[in-house]
Amino acid sequence: MSIHKTAATAGNEREHALALLRQMLLIRRFEEKAAELYSAGKIRGFLHLYIGEEAIAVGAMQALAVEDAVVATYREHGQALARGVPAGKIMSEMYGKANGCSRGRGGSMHMFDAGRRFYGGYAIVAGGLPVAVGLALADKMQERPAVTACFFGEGAVAEGEFHESLNLAALWRLPVLFLCENNLYAMGTALARSESQTDIHLKAQNYNIPAEAVDGMDVLAVESATQRAVAQVRRGDGPYFLELRTYRYRAHSMSDPELYRSKEEVAQWRGRDPISLFDAYLRTQGMLDDAELQTLETGVANDIDWAVAEAEKGGCEPVSDLARDVYGSVAT
Amino acid sequence: MAKMTYREAVRSAMRDALRADPRVFLMGEDVGKYGGAFGVSHGLLEEFGPTRIRDTPLSESTFVGAGIGAALGGMRPIVEVMTINFSLLALDQIVNNAATLRHMSGGQFGVPLLVRMATGGGRQLAAQHSHSLEGWYAHIPGIKVVTPATVADARGLLLAALKEPDPVLMFEHATLYPLEGESEDGTPMEIGRAALRRRGKDVSLIAYGGALGKTERAAAQLAELGVDAEVIDLRSLRPLDTEMILASVARTHRAVIVEEAWKTGGFAAEVSACIMEGAFDALDAPVARVCGAEVPMPYAQALEQAALPQPETIVKAVQGLF
Ligand SMILES: Cc1ncc(C[n+]2csc(CCOP(=O)(O)OP(=O)(O)O)c2C)c(N)n1
Repeated sequence: MSIHKTAATAGNEREHALALLRQMLLIRRFEEKAAELYSAGKIRGFLHLYIGEEAIAVGAMQALAVEDAVVATYREHGQALARGVPAGKIMSEMYGKANGCSRGRGGSMHMFDAGRRFYGGYAIVAGGLPVAVGLALADKMQERPAVTACFFGEGAVAEGEFHESLNLAALWRLPVLFLCENNLYAMGTALARSESQTDIHLKAQNYNIPAEAVDGMDVLAVESATQRAVAQVRRGDGPYFLELRTYRYRAHSMSDPELYRSKEEVAQWRGRDPISLFDAYLRTQGMLDDAELQTLETGVANDIDWAVAEAEKGGCEPVSDLARDVYGSVAT
Repeated sequence: MAKMTYREAVRSAMRDALRADPRVFLMGEDVGKYGGAFGVSHGLLEEFGPTRIRDTPLSESTFVGAGIGAALGGMRPIVEVMTINFSLLALDQIVNNAATLRHMSGGQFGVPLLVRMATGGGRQLAAQHSHSLEGWYAHIPGIKVVTPATVADARGLLLAALKEPDPVLMFEHATLYPLEGESEDGTPMEIGRAALRRRGKDVSLIAYGGALGKTERAAAQLAELGVDAEVIDLRSLRPLDTEMILASVARTHRAVIVEEAWKTGGFAAEVSACIMEGAFDALDAPVARVCGAEVPMPYAQALEQAALPQPETIVKAVQGLF
């Protein structure tokens, strides 16, 4: 692990590093709070937590500019937070409130934010990939220098849409950055039980897409790989593929007896917790101490209190508005 | 107004749109070099070039999904899927994404996308190229479904679809492509309005797409038999012009719905239910349906023709109501 020096971070590496740590902590604590609120019955439906994978959303999002687009999955609270969607809007959405980022129509799995070009969480595995390809096509046809970052789990690799989308993006040299979050399990199915080739980035290489595997527990490694990849995509060289190796610490969703993996395995991966790793690294660099960490934790806790308060006091969409936003109005 | 074929009408509407709006582009399998599986896009590649007339790989789900993404990104894509049977590979994108995004995003994102495809039987292409599944799509809120049956509508509805802020699916009955007729007069069409093709006072015949011609022929035969049939062309399955259907039934007191799709769970059942709900008291006889036979479409000509509605079967159904 080492701090990546760029023009943007030169001279303020410490500030940047602490910002990364803060974002990871925000996601972690946000997800812990969400789990608590789920048990309390405040959040319903499916809830897929990002705990253990924070380094990916946080590291990758550093490389994106405001004009870039993001497509994610149902496990997207981390991406939404890292993209800057306000925590209160995300929490309110999970409460099903009208002030949520999808007006209570999406819930945990479907966060959207037009202003941040956050094109949403897709809950059909691999269903977001074709959409990302199309967004990139639109940017390319309109000669905008934007990149579309498309997040998906390794489970998506088994779907036809994955292969079709990689092929089309490569064939048309579209500005898509494919970010495969390989947490080794698709629900209860271990990668080796579903794929004949478990080195996922090799599949992308077969479509003539430059691809690499990255330690997804190392936020700095994710950041620098993404920066390189985005730079190449932005130059117009076509898509790029990163396989980010990570692990999900919690159940697939909230109700999962975890019969498919051992406690020892989870414990082993907890030894590579992205937040602890980064914390330890920053201490060796003299960039972090207990007091600083406490300050960050306090700030994050405040943010989350605000988010929950916003969700609690948010109003519900009136049932009389049930049918709104099914169709738009015809331009005249 | 000009005389042209249905195929030329679709093409000329696309050409007008491509000329008028730089955001419009066409993609699909063999729409470029090949000129379209049905020759619809013939010549467009030469005029507009490969950036706007894009041949795609055989990846229905992904090029329809890319159409959705491109629409989200500010383009006005027209996606051609060769036939409705192949569109099943893109159902995920149409049903789970195109139809849902506006609502799921709380109104932040619309998907102004036109997806065109050929539908229907009658060409001896058997059970994987001949079905009429447009009623399935009409089931889905969030999309609109149009079924032009005439040359004028092929142009008019296509141009109207490109004004819509939401996904529109346009079903072109494959036997209609060579049909000749007058193009529309330039008055903008509105999606969701049925057309009264023939006025009559004894029975309402309700059809759409490839079934319209047969229904009109049945009406002509009925006239000779002394039955004055009204013919309604639905033109749009979603939204459905219930107003026109109900007004017609209120006048004629009898209704026969004609469609190529299978009767069980078909769109004719929807129209029938809508008549029951809105014009039950006006009916002098039960609503009748003339639909496709409940078989995967057979190849042999006599079998295929027997599986499809025909003027004679329509006439018989009408006679059964008196
Ligand atoms: C097409 C489809 N099939 C099945 C499911 C049910 N399902 C939801 S999440 C999931 C596992 C996906 O795993 P992966 O892509 O690795 O992402 P992760 O949940 O690990 O983040 C499955 C099978 C689905 N949502 N969509």
